[in-house]
Amino acid sequence: MTENLFLQNTLDIFRRWWITILISLLILIALVWGIITGPSVTTAVLASTLRHSTPLVLGALCGLLGERSGVINIGIEGQMLMSAFIAFLLNVWTGNLVIAVLAGVLTGAIMGLMLAFMSVTLKIDQIIGGTVLNILAIGLTGYFYTVGLVTEGKFQPIPLGPLADIPIIGPVLFNNPPITYATIILVFVVQYVLFYTKWGLRTRAVGEHPRAADTVGINVFTVRYVNVIMGGAIAGLAGAFLTLEAVGSFERLMTNGRGFIALAVMIFGKWTPLGSWGAALLFGFFSALQTQIQFSGVINIPHQFIGMLPYMLTIVVLAGFVGRARPPAADGIPYEKE
Amino acid sequence: MSEEQKPSPVTAPSLQIFDTIWRAVSVPLVAVLLALLIGAIILIASGANPIDAYAALIQGAFGSSMALGRTLEKATPLIFSGLAVAFAFKGGLFNIGAQGQLLLGALVAAAIGFGIEGLPWFIHAPLALAGGALVGGLYAAIPGALKVYTGAHEVITTIMLNYIAINITDFFADGPLKDTSPGNIVARTPMIFDSARIPTYSFLPIGFVIAVLAAVVIWWLLWKTIIGFEIRTVGLNPNAARYAGIKVARTVILTMVFSGFLAGIGGAVETLGVVGRYQPGFNLGLGFDGVTIALLGRTHPFGVIPAALIVGAMKAGSSQMQFSADVAKEITDVIQALILFFVAADMIIRWLIRARGTREEVKLSTGWGQQ
Repeated sequence: MTENLFLQNTLDIFRRWWITILISLLILIALVWGIITGPSVTTAVLASTLRHSTPLVLGALCGLLGERSGVINIGIEGQMLMSAFIAFLLNVWTGNLVIAVLAGVLTGAIMGLMLAFMSVTLKIDQIIGGTVLNILAIGLTGYFYTVGLVTEGKFQPIPLGPLADIPIIGPVLFNNPPITYATIILVFVVQYVLFYTKWGLRTRAVGEHPRAADTVGINVFTVRYVNVIMGGAIAGLAGAFLTLEAVGSFERLMTNGRGFIALAVMIFGKWTPLGSWGAALLFGFFSALQTQIQFSGVINIPHQFIGMLPYMLTIVVLAGFVGRARPPAADGIPYEKE
Repeated sequence: MSEEQKPSPVTAPSLQIFDTIWRAVSVPLVAVLLALLIGAIILIASGANPIDAYAALIQGAFGSSMALGRTLEKATPLIFSGLAVAFAFKGGLFNIGAQGQLLLGALVAAAIGFGIEGLPWFIHAPLALAGGALVGGLYAAIPGALKVYTGAHEVITTIMLNYIAINITDFFADGPLKDTSPGNIVARTPMIFDSARIPTYSFLPIGFVIAVLAAVVIWWLLWKTIIGFEIRTVGLNPNAARYAGIKVARTVILTMVFSGFLAGIGGAVETLGVVGRYQPGFNLGLGFDGVTIALLGRTHPFGVIPAALIVGAMKAGSSQMQFSADVAKEITDVIQALILFFVAADMIIRWLIRARGTREEVKLSTGWGQQ
């Protein structure tokens, strides 16, 4: 009996901490691998992990801010794409990266405002609202994009003094371009705001039980509007990351499903910023590993099968470990005031 | 609300029919007009002539029997993918994976189409269609089973499976099933045999007829059979369904399988009726269009057909528009998004045209569809 309980407890702990455990395991594997193959490969894989994870975790933050307050946002893809495009245009026109980032963030916020207007005020089905944003972004960016625009440049890494000289970890964590730093800070800021401030408490109350929140004097509509707009701004930052930091230019449909994968990352992370970050790093690691294997040509299997790897592993992990994720209770349901 | 209960002031039964029809089509019709209007504003703002553009669009979609045929041809796979997504919605599932199921259906149909020689057309073409349907259904069963047995959410698993399907089809089109005829360097399968082709009768693609029949079958299945009733009940409230003795797990998987069938046929029809082979990139987006079309058609099988025709007409006419009016064809995506917006936000339109009657809610996003 007690033995059974012990097993149960161990399983519970494992379920609660699986992301942490998995990440630690992966880091361990990466380190061992690094010792075998030399530190440059490890650094490359870990740096690439972080690069891949940045737009995903930003998208997930956007999604969870909305959903914690009760608004499903499947328009993250569109918000990212539109912001990436506007940020790119501003970079072309002004050559000023800061203005370009701000424009991207603002665009995301406006897209967030549109989603909030549709889902909170008009009470349109939220899946439709998000789909409208996605198609609109594909259409507008495709229509106004002209080939041959060139930019002055993109964000360069800023080494953080002596920290950047630490072997392996230094170049990965402390030698990044600004949006990557901002992302890491944002993860902790959103975690803090959601779980340790009055605003966060209100947000979660509105997402779980809007009627009760309304009864104690919380304005459900305001909370939802603000969260969805803030989320949009963060998705906008993800878009700006793509055109101003990662690629440096714009292509049609360049978000390539990242907005949807961000949703996966959010559910993976059980609607918490830190959990989402872990999940995003996990996904980023698989993507990085895939690129590395493909690049090194060590294993001789068709590249398509290596290409599937991150997606396969996501499914396996999702099915095997996460189990039944529980979204906020009022997620996706428009609030009607009595 | 109560206004709806009172008998309509129109007494003649024939007029009542018109009244019903008007009520059904007025909102989508005004939505299309409003979307075109806003599209025109965008066109003017970007220095294009909206009248020329729309004239070319309509010319390219309906201007000749050939254009009309092209519209029907474009609408055909869209009806299937729209039906696939709408069907899953009815069962409370969001199948974003129609894209992947469609790709595999298209590939398998091509493989059967060029791989087997000497069959009469009335066996070969249906066999290829069935193959596409089957693989689509099986592929869709994966997320269904994962949802039921592990709780993994179908929105995520189907998106992941979409990417996996792209890789699988790329592998086959560039490997075992590659067209080895001299001079070919592209990743694609050989052309299918004529016996596997779905023909076009005058300007009417037979695939379109099959698509319309499929919509009728789906309507019958959903509203006239026990399994349809079970699917809809699970979609509305899985807990109540379980309490009523419906096997929810089985129903969820079955819903996904049927949905995958439809998506798979959609891909197969495109291969057998239009492209004639599998070529990566040719079918991209058809599955995602299915989401738009299902929503535009209010997740009803008969709503899907006009929705697919509208989107199909835009796809058919957009090349003409790009060619003769020099307007980038992506403007049709903008118009599509606006149509979807206005159909969903029908309170705006009802206020505009002062339509009577209640709005029937389209309700899809009940959280993340927990079981």
